[in-house]
Amino acid sequence: MTLPLGLIQQDPPLRPNGSAAAAILAAGIGSFVLAILTIAADHSEGLRAMLTFYKLTGPLSGVTTTAVSIWILVWLILDRSWFRRELSLRKINFASITLLVLSLLATFPPIGDLFYVHFC
Amino acid sequence: MEITSHSLWTLIHGIGFGALYLLTCTGALFALYQRLQPTPLVLSSLENNRLLGAYLSLMAVLAWLTVLSGTYVIYPWYRVPAPARTVNLAPYPRALLLAHSATNEWHSVGMEWKEHVAWLVPIAITATAFVVLRYGSELSGHPQLRIVHVCGWLHVCRGHCGILWCDAR
Repeated sequence: MTLPLGLIQQDPPLRPNGSAAAAILAAGIGSFVLAILTIAADHSEGLRAMLTFYKLTGPLSGVTTTAVSIWILVWLILDRSWFRRELSLRKINFASITLLVLSLLATFPPIGDLFYVHFC
Repeated sequence: MEITSHSLWTLIHGIGFGALYLLTCTGALFALYQRLQPTPLVLSSLENNRLLGAYLSLMAVLAWLTVLSGTYVIYPWYRVPAPARTVNLAPYPRALLLAHSATNEWHSVGMEWKEHVAWLVPIAITATAFVVLRYGSELSGHPQLRIVHVCGWLHVCRGHCGILWCDAR
């Protein structure tokens, strides 16, 4: 934009994408933790008892509370580390979407059982 | 006509928060369609982005209210164990489903999956709302962040899945 005195007004520099990268990756990690805890609690009596934070809801209370806590913690740590950085979002987007799709699949009981048989 | 507290909470959870979330998904899909066009149909002005950020925040609040009311109010009623030698299992949905081989799978696939997968929606929509609120009109300067919109769309679909399972129940 040209001002009356012939000066050129420049747009302010864009905010680095680090904060967005932190939010996107943390969402993927949080979702995946939820899926892992769901499978683990489904197959381990001890873990099921440990994750029963609220008796009426059963292990679902512990699975979700733990996963949400880890998600927020990871988000805060990543945001603190990345908020001034410009990152390649291609890899972060790919990692996050992969984790989200895996968590969507892994929470489905028949597929979760297959995950458990193959990896545990 | 009498509405029991169970019915009232089920209405608040399913028709109040859940269905309202579903309705807001329609608006989000329209906003995504507009913004993902090669030539966006709306200018990404500061006001438009603020409005979208506020809209996605509302969606996030609704998603959290839906899963929290589902997990801590509705789900305990589903799980309540039937006393020994109970013949009429109608008041004990989990026991009723598990009592018959034809309905057994509805417990694990229909109910357990829904209870867990639903929690992915508020996580994703919160992240999406945060990005739109934080970056606002700068989003157009970060083409790679457009994928956040696509992620948001994916979770809109997940929201639909959750609602469908809710209806199936």
